[in-house]
Amino acid sequence: MPQPAEPPGVNDLAVVAATVNGSGSQTANNAIIRAIFRMGIPVNGKNLFPSNIQGEPTWFTIRVSARGYSARPTRVPILIAFNPRTADSDLAELPPGGLCLYPGDGPWRPARADVVAVPLPVKELAAASNVEPRMRDYVANMVYVGALAALIGIELGELRAALAHHFQGKARPVEQNMAVVQAAHDWFAAQGVASPFRLRRMDANAGMILIDGNTAGALGAIFGGVSFLAWYPITPATSLADALASYLPRLRRGPDGSPTYAIVQAEDEIAALGMAVGAGWAGARAMTSTSGPGISLMTEFAGLAYFAEIPCVIWDVQRVGPSTGLPTRTAQGDLISTYFLGHGDTRHVVLLPGSVGECFDFGVSAFDLAERLQTPVFVLSDLDLGMNLWRSAPLAYPAAPMDRGKVLSAEELERLGRFVRFADPEGDGIGARTLPGNPHPLAATLSRGTGHNERNVYSERPEDWKANMDRLGRKHETARRLVPQPIIELEEGARVGIIGFGSSYDAIREARDILRAQGLPTSFMRVRALPLGEPARDFVSRHRICVVVELNQDGQLRDLLRLHCPEHAARLLSVAHSDGLPLTADLVAGAVARLL
Amino acid sequence: MTTTRAPLNALGLSRADYKGAASTLCAGCGHDSVASQIVAAAFELALPPHRVIRMSGIGCSSKSAAYFLGRSHGFNSLHGRMPAVTTGAHVANPTLIPIAVSGDGDTGSIGLGGFKHLLRRNVPMVYIIENNGVYGLTKGQFSATADRGASLKYAGVNQLPPIDLCAEALIVGCGFVARSFAGDARQVRELIKAAFCFHGTAVIDVISPCVTFNNHDESTKSYSYGKAHEEPLHDLTFIPHYEELAVAIEPGEVRDVRLHDGPVIRLRKIGADYDPTDRMAALTLLERARAANEFVTGLLFVDEHRPTLAETLGLGATPLAELPAELLRPSPEALAAVNREFM
Repeated sequence: MPQPAEPPGVNDLAVVAATVNGSGSQTANNAIIRAIFRMGIPVNGKNLFPSNIQGEPTWFTIRVSARGYSARPTRVPILIAFNPRTADSDLAELPPGGLCLYPGDGPWRPARADVVAVPLPVKELAAASNVEPRMRDYVANMVYVGALAALIGIELGELRAALAHHFQGKARPVEQNMAVVQAAHDWFAAQGVASPFRLRRMDANAGMILIDGNTAGALGAIFGGVSFLAWYPITPATSLADALASYLPRLRRGPDGSPTYAIVQAEDEIAALGMAVGAGWAGARAMTSTSGPGISLMTEFAGLAYFAEIPCVIWDVQRVGPSTGLPTRTAQGDLISTYFLGHGDTRHVVLLPGSVGECFDFGVSAFDLAERLQTPVFVLSDLDLGMNLWRSAPLAYPAAPMDRGKVLSAEELERLGRFVRFADPEGDGIGARTLPGNPHPLAATLSRGTGHNERNVYSERPEDWKANMDRLGRKHETARRLVPQPIIELEEGARVGIIGFGSSYDAIREARDILRAQGLPTSFMRVRALPLGEPARDFVSRHRICVVVELNQDGQLRDLLRLHCPEHAARLLSVAHSDGLPLTADLVAGAVARLL
Repeated sequence: MTTTRAPLNALGLSRADYKGAASTLCAGCGHDSVASQIVAAAFELALPPHRVIRMSGIGCSSKSAAYFLGRSHGFNSLHGRMPAVTTGAHVANPTLIPIAVSGDGDTGSIGLGGFKHLLRRNVPMVYIIENNGVYGLTKGQFSATADRGASLKYAGVNQLPPIDLCAEALIVGCGFVARSFAGDARQVRELIKAAFCFHGTAVIDVISPCVTFNNHDESTKSYSYGKAHEEPLHDLTFIPHYEELAVAIEPGEVRDVRLHDGPVIRLRKIGADYDPTDRMAALTLLERARAANEFVTGLLFVDEHRPTLAETLGLGATPLAELPAELLRPSPEALAAVNREFM
């Protein structure tokens, strides 16, 4: 809900911390965000970081918005210039009247008269921590935390609480870091720097949480009953598996104390999905998590699981393209390749969470859908959603009991007296399966990809395969009805509809407000899953023009919508943009306005 | 007219209950004789068919998973990827008993990495490689186990040294490594029975001639070569129960390897004494045989001390696949506590 607007500059500001990665700045930046969050003010942060362990430039943007906007800000009036290598170009980005905090005892000096630049005595203030000299560089970042706190009014008590959260209550590092924060705060307050940007405590975060999408997705999997994770490390999906490894031991123990889950770090992504397929075949709730390059390696197994009809869940935390270069940059470029992943007419179920809350919800429901539909289910998140902190309503406990799908026990087989694995008595395209270990003599079949008849017996008869493909088509129609339906916001008088998916939601929401203020009301549809269904067709047909906004180069969702409703293809326009960074509202509003 | 009743095993099942579909492999294929020994071993051990899963990848050998244990679930998966699928199935349900058939292409080329990682994890299973040195389904290319200098009708002469899959298994820590010959049915059967009872991955590399593409007399993977050159390390007998070892034996004549659940593998000396519990001796043997072009068969190495993957993971008595929903989904209170940590 939008909050009442504050006076200009109050609770409406953005900060960019330009630092060197591996210097401990993530601790400083997250402490700032959590402290502001604890002040009840809507806030989020985006880490724009390099593919590197230590020494390369990294930028962290913090956005405070009383109205709850969380898209990457275009205009950032406060610069923390702690990386001398990028400081000149960072300074050039600062709007006139902006504020620049930089280490006064470092090599760099700002050369702009139209901004307020404050040199900070970093080494002197960092010494206040009494940490051993080798740790001084890490606490040095706390100097800008304390200075910023004084500049914009972050409450020190909340900074202390944020550090306690970060260090999980360990008193010593909290005290050491707070000593620097306090010293820097007091020093800065004495300088008498006037700031047009201030924070004022609000009550917008009561009951809210601050969480990243990968952790939320992992928790969703845990409450969705995941019992097997096979994975291979890859940025930006690694923290999803890490979160599973961190929370599962706490949350999932059986009555005898043994784990109700297993985690295997596979030798590659091929094996990771292969293991998940084996476990899903045997009856476990199995998943893997990866990013685009891993998805390509999983192609053959994805196709096999689709045709052998084996449930499993695959998370794709999307990033830019293949190989090295931009693996730490965000994108929504895997939509088409994942939807059709495989060989020979595959169309997969793909869930598209648009918030951290949905990362949790879809983390749960992906397993129900996979077992109901007996098929791999993909969840497409991205680096922005997965690795950045987002404000959210609390994670909601699953409303429905688990759906384990059609599985026949030995008793049911005995009652039926026959077993036809791929029969379709209910017309939904889904046959009942039996699990290995079922003792009934009718239970066993030999699973394979292609070349089976409806009893799952080897067959190369054309009519058997045609019938199988037709049934898989019916199953896809069932999926169309079962997947999360789009969220639609119809605006009175709007002749233009905007369509988006995933993490671009916030940029689109803010862009719609900008466009509305310019006299251009728009409706909105956020697609939450593939396959697309009737609501999507209906939304497109209601609007003279629909602009599909997405973070890729070629307009992949737009293309899928055109395939879905070719009769409306001409009214589906594209704003597709991929530069490695999250979309901004200004970019979206400008591009949409130019199209019309 | 008299009817003869088929013999039944301890479960009251006949041999026919362990058979699979009719083979579509070439007549005389070594893989079919291995399949019939799998049937015999499972029947004689009285394995409950529903507890066994038959796993395979792609290739002639992998097709043969359809030709045995028709009352067992099975998965004919992807080329070289059977190890991954079997690993997942084992973790989901460690009470299942996997038997896998693979080939020299499936295991030695496309699946070599997965093979070694499976062994490293010690997934308890019978892993049979039906090794003929040639790709059959794609009609006659060399595989990575073909000997240097081997010749094929279309592929010509192989210039590259072979990968010895037994040596690969030994190096990565596999606890049961055997080599056999499809023409030596009894040894194959006894090894399969022992492998079924082994606590860990049991690899049996069976030289299994391809009658269509690689059975000429000069081929080291042919029936004639195998029959002429096979040198068994020992005469091998699987004894299901230790109590049956009442017969007096001369000291030094046999070695008994006792498996953890009680069965014994009796190795009767043929030539020089061989200690199959010495890994370096096994590697030395393979290297000596390679240098001298000898075809040594038998149980090369056995060591049961490593934990299985399920044990390494500390899994409980109820398989993950059989856990009820209440154990899979934590309580609302647990989620409320998690939420509070992010406030």
